[in-house]
Amino acid sequence: MGALSSQSRPAAGDRLSGGGGPGLARGPSGGLNGRNALWVIATLAGLVVWFALYRQLEPLSYALIALLPVDARSNAGEALRFFIFDAPKVLMLLTLVVFGMSFVRSYFSAERTRAMLSGRSEGVGNILAAMLGIFTPFCSCSAVSLFIGFVSAGVPLGVTFSFLVAAPMINEVALGLLVGLVGWKVAALYLGFGLTLAILSGFVIGKLKLEGWLEPWVRDLRTTPVNLPPEDLTLADRLQAGVEGVKEIVGRVWIWMIVGIAAGAFIHGYIPADAIAALMGRDTWWATPVAVLVGVPMYSNAAGVIPIVEALIGKGLPLGTVLAFMMSVIALSLPEAIILRKVLSLRLLGVFFAIVALGVLAIGYLFNALF
Amino acid sequence: MKNVKVLGSGCKRCIATGDMIRQEAERLGVPIELEKITDYAEIATYGIAATPGVVVDGKVVHAGGLPKQDSIAGWLQG
Repeated sequence: MGALSSQSRPAAGDRLSGGGGPGLARGPSGGLNGRNALWVIATLAGLVVWFALYRQLEPLSYALIALLPVDARSNAGEALRFFIFDAPKVLMLLTLVVFGMSFVRSYFSAERTRAMLSGRSEGVGNILAAMLGIFTPFCSCSAVSLFIGFVSAGVPLGVTFSFLVAAPMINEVALGLLVGLVGWKVAALYLGFGLTLAILSGFVIGKLKLEGWLEPWVRDLRTTPVNLPPEDLTLADRLQAGVEGVKEIVGRVWIWMIVGIAAGAFIHGYIPADAIAALMGRDTWWATPVAVLVGVPMYSNAAGVIPIVEALIGKGLPLGTVLAFMMSVIALSLPEAIILRKVLSLRLLGVFFAIVALGVLAIGYLFNALF
Repeated sequence: MKNVKVLGSGCKRCIATGDMIRQEAERLGVPIELEKITDYAEIATYGIAATPGVVVDGKVVHAGGLPKQDSIAGWLQG
């Protein structure tokens, strides 16, 4: 039980696992309850360390900035300041949020979600699918298997799409970083908009009755969903899943994060606020469509977009435009289209992208008009 | 000889799952025949929704995420 599968994972996340030092709990376990207790204690200790460290970040960043040989008010100084403030903060937030979410996700599985969704009527099914999309473990690499698994087992097409929109877009990384960097109000808006978009776009696709536009082999496939016995996971196993999640996800997305923060730092330091506001401000009607058009083919993890979002909001860009940009980057991408092309006809893929992009656009306009 | 199939279209975790099973079988000295099923249509016929999936002697024992080492030992010895 002590031997984790860590040899098959990237080791990059090791030093980042603030969520509950695995080294503490990897020792010999005295029975199941002893192991549980050990993990709970280690997790609590990890959380205390996390919060203690997090509270020190700001003074530490200030101290570091004071040491820099550049003028704090110059462009380079501003950019560096953004980077030095954001990089450790984002990294720590990411670690905490991924830990928590990987723990929660150990209670969900794609098979159980499917069982809850199959045979659901549209409407209720779309709402449920969008919500489950937040919590069900999802990886874009298994999006195709998931799609086939859902559709062939009798989950309506529109409901499947609601899930497929929500799962990548509303994720722990996006929400956690938005709360930490931009504030909980924007995070709540994002959550609300994302759910609405997933529910509505799936509902519209369902109403259009596009089942005939699936690739023929997918349409004709009928499978019996397998009924796996629930995995016998202890609390310690679930906490361990949290640490494993941190290793895997933080180990994978940190590079996106650095690139995103660097881009955000550049915007913050070098792009004059009045220029951006004049070009893409509230009075420019085409700002939101351009943001969506630029965002759709772009592929980035949420960890990479949010520092950019933070910088753009800081420059005074309207929130609706910025959120539309962020949603289109995360929800739709070229690589995803290429993967999904294996199961969707080109027409269906086009309809899917068009509906989601239009939905994002509508949300952006609506928000800018209302606030 | 047990027949073990790893279902998955070449994602990182699917490859890792195959490696874990091979190592565990070697450790336990259980002879196995390891197959990789990468065709989406064939994967779907096993009724799973998340990959990697594991099938031991025709029975689906796992779907989604890396399996636990304990579980693998259980499948191979069971």
